Amino acid sequence: MPEATNVDDDRRDGVQIDLISGQRMDGMASMEKIRMILDGVHNGNIVILEEGLTPDEESKLIEVTMAEISPDEFNGIEIETYPKSSTRDSSLLGRIMGGDEPPKKLTVIGPANQIETLHKDETLISALVSRN
Amino acid sequence: MGLISGLRDSISRVTDGLFSEQEPKRIGIYGPPNAGKTTLANRIARDWTGDAIGTESHIPHETRRARRKEGVEIERNGKSVTIDIVDTPGVTTKVDYEEFTDEMDKDDAIRRSREATEGVAEAMHWLREDVDGVIYVLDSAEDPITQVNTMLIGIIESRDLPVLIFANKIDLEESSVKRIEDAFPQHKTVPLSAKEGENMDEVYGNIAEYFG
Repeated sequence: MPEATNVDDDRRDGVQIDLISGQRMDGMASMEKIRMILDGVHNGNIVILEEGLTPDEESKLIEVTMAEISPDEFNGIEIETYPKSSTRDSSLLGRIMGGDEPPKKLTVIGPANQIETLHKDETLISALVSRN
Repeated sequence: MGLISGLRDSISRVTDGLFSEQEPKRIGIYGPPNAGKTTLANRIARDWTGDAIGTESHIPHETRRARRKEGVEIERNGKSVTIDIVDTPGVTTKVDYEEFTDEMDKDDAIRRSREATEGVAEAMHWLREDVDGVIYVLDSAEDPITQVNTMLIGIIESRDLPVLIFANKIDLEESSVKRIEDAFPQHKTVPLSAKEGENMDEVYGNIAEYFG
């Protein structure tokens, strides 16, 4: 599978955005997904996942991110997904019928010093992306 | 696997199950930095054992190691539960040492930020491996719909851990318990001020009922 391309430094007057399809993520192991995300973020890219991560992968992403934080180099990540809908069915019947499957939600991840969330609700994420 | 060893494993599982009923439950106190987790842990520990667990501070990431207070027996309304309180570092996806430079010199700020990152990783590890239930503490004066809260509640739910949400700092004027109830309607929200000791009867009633 081809890697995401990073532009040359002399063309880096913009912000690179990598939109990664659910299909591309499907064949990847959890650590491969996390490595791909963090490699992109380390390069200053904004990574957008069509289908997000599982809760377990999110937990590991936080752990690996913490291990890679380095003063004056990498402060961590900003990550945004839509919050869970308050109308989601969490009843026993809903769980039996499969309503408790983690929803696959578009997820935006970027370097903490370059992306700032302006507003978030169940249907809208508004973020300010700056050049480093 | 041989018949005898299979039988031995089955008996072991049954006896483990019987004895585990009597073992203290490890209840992790989770939440974002500065929600008042250590203040709450200290309040509970002092009320039921007389000892505190850790140092409280207004500077984020004061708690940088998970700390456990064992065998805290809580009784309310005819129900009782023995818990090990695990006070965990505040969870975040970013740590910038410059957050601390107003309060300390650069070297100390860098050291604090390094310890904070280790603490967050440790808290996540406890959540995945070592807790039986969660008290999720939120500052009720802050917007609860943050990515860290959404992710952590999702992680807790995916592990099927029982969780109570504590809406802390109700003594503050800007506090809104309803905002938290609306954000996480699938979980019980209990209002309190750990600092002032407000509504602790309801807090202990819920802990005994929910984790007992």
